[in-house]
Amino acid sequence: MSRLAKGGLIDRARSLAFTFDGRSYGGHAGDTLASALLANDVRLVGRSFKYHRPRGIVSAGAEEPNALVELRAGARREPNTRATVAELFDGLDAQSQNRWPSLDLDLLSVNQLLSPFLGAGFYYKTFMWPAAFWEKVYEPIIRRAAGLGRMAEAADPDHYEKASTFCDVLVIGAGPAGLMAALAAGRAGARVILADEDFLTGGRLNAETREIDGKPAAEWAARVTAELASLPNVRLMTRTTVFGVYDSGTYGALERVADHLPVPPPFQPRQRLWRIHARRAVLAAGATERPVVFGGNDRPGVMLAGAVRTYVNRFAVAPGRRVAVFATNDDAWRGALDIKAAGIEVAAIIDVRRAVAASLVQQAKAEGIRTLLDGRVTATHGKLLTAIDIVADGRPERIAVDTLAVSGGWSPNVHLTCHHGGKPAWNGAIAAFVPGTVPPLLAVAGAASGAFTLGSALTDGAAQGAEAAEALGFPVPLPDVPAVAEESVAIAPFWHVADSRGPAFVDLQNDVTAKDISIAHKEGFRSVEHLKRYTTLGMATDQGRTSNVTGLAIMASLTGASIPETGTTIFRPPYTPVSLGALGGHHRGKDFRAVRLTPTHEWAKARGAVFIETGAWLRAQYFPRPGETDWLESVNREVKAVRASVGLIDVSTFGKIDLQGPDVGTLLDRVYINTFSTLAIGKARYGVMLREDGLVMDDGTTARLAPEHYVMTTTTANAAKVYQHLEFCLQVLWPDLDVAIASVSEQWAQIALAGPRARDVLARVVDAGVDVSHEGLPFMGAMEGSVLGGVKARLFRLSFSGELGFEIAVPARHGAELAQALMNAGETFGITPYGIEALGVMRIEKGHVSGNELSGQTTARDLGFGRMASTKKDYIGRVMAGRPGLVDPQRPAFVGFKPVDPSQRLRAGAHFLKIGAAASLENDEGYMTSVAHSPHLGHWIGLGLLQRGPERIGERVRAYDPVRGGDIEVEICAPGFIDPEGERLRG
Amino acid sequence: MRYSWLSILTNGLSGQSGWKPAWRAATPKPAYDVIIVGGGGHGLATAYYLASQHGIRNVAVIEKGYIGSGNAGRNTTIIRSNYLLPGNEPFYEWSMKLWEGLEQELNYNAMVSQRGILNLYHSDAQRDAYARRGNAMRLSGVDSQLLDRDAVRAMYPFLDYDNARFPIQGGLLQARAGTARHDAVVWGYARGADRLGVDILQNCEVTGFLSEGERIIGVETTRGPIRAGKVGLAVAGSTTRVASKAGLRLPIESHVLQAFVSEGLKPAIDGVITFGAGHFYISQSDKGGLVFGGDIDGYNSYAQRGNLPVVEDVAEGGMALMPRIGRVRLLRMWGGIMDMSMDGSPIIDRTPRPGLYLNAGWCYGGFKATPASGWCFAHLIARNEPHEVARLMRLDRFRTGHLIDEKGVGAQPNLH
Amino acid sequence: MRIPCPYCGERDAHEFSYLGDATPARPDPAAPDAQDRFFDYVYLRDNPAGAHQEWWYHAYGCRQWVQVERNTLTHAVAGARLARDARDAAGDAAGNVPGDAS
Repeated sequence: MSRLAKGGLIDRARSLAFTFDGRSYGGHAGDTLASALLANDVRLVGRSFKYHRPRGIVSAGAEEPNALVELRAGARREPNTRATVAELFDGLDAQSQNRWPSLDLDLLSVNQLLSPFLGAGFYYKTFMWPAAFWEKVYEPIIRRAAGLGRMAEAADPDHYEKASTFCDVLVIGAGPAGLMAALAAGRAGARVILADEDFLTGGRLNAETREIDGKPAAEWAARVTAELASLPNVRLMTRTTVFGVYDSGTYGALERVADHLPVPPPFQPRQRLWRIHARRAVLAAGATERPVVFGGNDRPGVMLAGAVRTYVNRFAVAPGRRVAVFATNDDAWRGALDIKAAGIEVAAIIDVRRAVAASLVQQAKAEGIRTLLDGRVTATHGKLLTAIDIVADGRPERIAVDTLAVSGGWSPNVHLTCHHGGKPAWNGAIAAFVPGTVPPLLAVAGAASGAFTLGSALTDGAAQGAEAAEALGFPVPLPDVPAVAEESVAIAPFWHVADSRGPAFVDLQNDVTAKDISIAHKEGFRSVEHLKRYTTLGMATDQGRTSNVTGLAIMASLTGASIPETGTTIFRPPYTPVSLGALGGHHRGKDFRAVRLTPTHEWAKARGAVFIETGAWLRAQYFPRPGETDWLESVNREVKAVRASVGLIDVSTFGKIDLQGPDVGTLLDRVYINTFSTLAIGKARYGVMLREDGLVMDDGTTARLAPEHYVMTTTTANAAKVYQHLEFCLQVLWPDLDVAIASVSEQWAQIALAGPRARDVLARVVDAGVDVSHEGLPFMGAMEGSVLGGVKARLFRLSFSGELGFEIAVPARHGAELAQALMNAGETFGITPYGIEALGVMRIEKGHVSGNELSGQTTARDLGFGRMASTKKDYIGRVMAGRPGLVDPQRPAFVGFKPVDPSQRLRAGAHFLKIGAAASLENDEGYMTSVAHSPHLGHWIGLGLLQRGPERIGERVRAYDPVRGGDIEVEICAPGFIDPEGERLRG
Repeated sequence: MRYSWLSILTNGLSGQSGWKPAWRAATPKPAYDVIIVGGGGHGLATAYYLASQHGIRNVAVIEKGYIGSGNAGRNTTIIRSNYLLPGNEPFYEWSMKLWEGLEQELNYNAMVSQRGILNLYHSDAQRDAYARRGNAMRLSGVDSQLLDRDAVRAMYPFLDYDNARFPIQGGLLQARAGTARHDAVVWGYARGADRLGVDILQNCEVTGFLSEGERIIGVETTRGPIRAGKVGLAVAGSTTRVASKAGLRLPIESHVLQAFVSEGLKPAIDGVITFGAGHFYISQSDKGGLVFGGDIDGYNSYAQRGNLPVVEDVAEGGMALMPRIGRVRLLRMWGGIMDMSMDGSPIIDRTPRPGLYLNAGWCYGGFKATPASGWCFAHLIARNEPHEVARLMRLDRFRTGHLIDEKGVGAQPNLH
Repeated sequence: MRIPCPYCGERDAHEFSYLGDATPARPDPAAPDAQDRFFDYVYLRDNPAGAHQEWWYHAYGCRQWVQVERNTLTHAVAGARLARDARDAAGDAAGNVPGDAS
């Protein structure tokens, strides 16, 4: 065990058991999986992506490139989980990934032997011969070898939530700068959200041994956190990562509600997606340490110096027994002193600089640490690190160590500042990119802005928090900034030990080496984006957190240009990867999209209806009866019943728009191709409306109930579109028109009653004095009245089926009652409820157009409405409908079809070819839009669009449907298979 | 240098020291026969085919940033020819045929992978619409299969079949469709064009046009004026900005389309699946990332980034289609500027300015078109007449009403 | 992205339905060159990279058409007003009234 005897921010009283690759271990509350593994001396944790090299834990944070595991099992398996941020819980089960058969013995590590040949981009230069081998041989092998963890085999059993919230000041990061910013804004009274990805506030304060106001810094952080928690206007959100900056001050954040528990508690989601709308924000996301590139730098045991320090101080874990520190900067020296202070042997500090602050050197020497200046690490040894070769002051030496703590300096976490396209700027003094152009109303504080000392972080955080609050009108007493000792942060820019031996990795996860960068350089992939794309540098799950800058620096050294000349690194959302479950929230399964139910849904359900999704609606498709074996049998029965006697169907899904005002007629004349201003009161008319480009938008029936009162119906699919269109006409095109409109689709239930006995049934449900006789309510008549003893109703004599038909609209709450009353009234006639299948059959029998014909690709002429278009007025789409391409007589036009052999089935989607013509694009004459089996005729019938169709009635064509094996002859006929004279519906 | 097993072997043994630049860092000449503005896939392919098919080698490709920095590197890498309308289908099929021989021709592995595309349907009406499309494909000699639910289930057993808001009834499969490695397409064409003498001028932005009367005779650039016999524009999302410098006003709006990739995973999704009811499509790259996307954000934008509602909408579609991806993490998202045309289909045509040629309006579908776009644009520029398969992709079709509107949504780009 | 609806206040853009450029005005359909003008109105766009006047419809709110000035490079919204107010400010709606073709 490598757990230190004392110290750390873990709860030693709470022991937690966990497994890794099937072996059981123990840890404590407050551990991450990584710290617990290190505490158990587990140092080999993963295999690299390309060469399958053994890898150990490198970092103590989100930048981890190596320690990726499959966390949990079964349907909850989470691939690629960073062990360094996975909070330990009792029963945690983790597996290493991307290895076979085991982590210790991974057969694909043979790739290491091939590595001389597998340089950057090698796959673009080969695997091309023979051509057919790519999909059959090469690619399957590559795909199997690539990838990291395995996704779960089954649906995610957990729930996810989404929520929106608002604040004055969002503070991102709860380290010293973020705590001070939140304190300043919070004490001023601003609504503050303080979010941190960690489960513990304090940031680096928890990883170091600094003092604030003479007390351990972690204690200060806990005290400030407690004060913030006590402020009613401050919301602390730990385990919450702000992952993206969007427009207008919207921030995306992921709260890990239950990832630190075996399973989410009852009624709790696993994670919650937050949309935070902040008037101002302060980014205090800290900085990430970078490694130095040298041969063998990927050996388990080579770690970031700051991470070693974190494991020692925060988790009370000794990552090794004997540590060397390889540094380019002062901060790593303080790390070395911390490590030594914890009782771990520090063999040496190797610093690339010739001169280091005397105080640091003295402190190190006082602790008995060898200091080797002008030094570098040139090689490493052991499967797990056993020794390093160094050169210091010109002298080579081998030092036996099991841990090498490396620091190439720190890079500010500028990620979120780039989310609006801003590029970071190079700051030579700290050898790092700092924020450049940042998103509006976002300020950057502390290490994220390049202010690396603790004192400057505290001061800067307080100032930025105060400024944000003040800008929003909150009177701000600037909080006292606590006293801290000033530390040195000197650094020498140093990236790559060029004379080191063995593969020198820049991007550990994607196995991109310094040599790969030189290949990219040789081949001309020198711009930073080409470098990334060609070598895959920075494209792994860590998004190049520890590799981008070093890669850029190595390219700069090859081209002779400076780092800022070579390019910059920009970051896109998300800051750290976000689960798709959280982004999807509860929108999955049946809850993927809202369901709209008709007013008679429960009534239809009780009658055994089969329902079908039509857009957002769930509608009754048909009503099977016992003994019926397939849908067609039920539909045939329903159609026959309607045509023989009477049936009813809920048509409430049609869009219903109420229009009132003196100018309604004028408006309708402008939106329909035909005229409505002359419509008589108490009458309805069928209308067709176009888009401004001249193609048909929608059709429907509009009735005039009073001089200044019309009601329009639209198709179900276009209800919202037509309403929006009418508002556009009224608000944008013709605001002078005095018309008010309202969507009443939800307010009215509408039931169609059709069949020769329809009037008899209707007469039984209307109230006394409501005359539904042929004279009282003639064909295309409309009236207001009442039904069911005082229920307000609108009665229309309309027919979609071709039969005598009525539509009865009542307030939606009376819809089911009306349906039942009609059923009761029609019992003696054998009234039959029918679904949209039967409705469709009857409309095809009757030759009406519907959604399949209103495809947005058809003109009024195409659909046979050419003569309906008024020539006496302008209307939307009129002018553009006159374009040559839309009046071309060769355009396919609307006709009917029947099979020459009546036993053959028609299929919508079949294309028409002349008899004897080859099946080719040139011979394509149109296609079948709708088909139905007509029980009336006893065979299949169809509607379609055929070139010059109306001129070719009686001609035969081929209905060619190779995707379903269909190729039959059909006869062209007029669209209207039943009662073409309309005697039934006028009867 | 030619790439082969031998070149890999030799360089492996020599410490990777022998590789040469994939294309030269050219400096601008005073004049070219043809200048192609735009160093994306389309522009580079055009230059390549001008040189290889028409013998026109005195050609420059001018790119304001680095080649492939626009939509060529910001797409979801799908290649397919499953179009409905006669204005489109022969063109995209020609593109598929070019994809099928591309790597051997270019001596560059663009990882063209024909693992199929499956468009799911959820109702009888959608099935029939796909049948119409599949039949149209067959009439153009293109493979298509209409699958029922069981056949889809056999291919992709892990989709949500039993608890779906929009139950899967089947799908339209084009087995020859698939994906290609987008950056490699750019690099492969660049290398191929360079070897035939084409100058690739990076970091060279067109700031204006040189003209004599109405005729365009060259371009002003940040690296000085360059004359040319003919100038072709292939600048996708920047079309309006560049064309306006020649006084052209076009039926195009720029919109942002977001695309997404997950962390790398072991292979699970073999081909491309589109889920129309959920505005979602997905494939898995050879490297293991799930590559997916959905609708455009829907507002005019040149910002190369989008907003959360579409991110959420896309993830919702993914979770509805395959709820096993709940614990997979989204790694990266980005936005590209789409040159959305008013009927959703592209334009390859002459312009009212003699000497100036236009290749634009690719909407969100330009990647798959890359080879045929280059082929047909080169044909148009070289011969001054449209190539047969692109002859309906005219600029004046909006005026004449010969629209190519696959979706039938009309002159509103954000609905295409 | 959030749209400051003049009627409802600031709301998320996904409550709105976007149409596009708000500068083209519906031409006089009775003009002798009406087809050219309508072609321009329906199809041609300035598509500016920068300030853009555009129509947004508050579909999941007040159902008002709102004219928004938004920058297409930065997505920054400079202002918004109701369509009716925008037209009033423009001073005439005459060009949009269909001519009397009878």
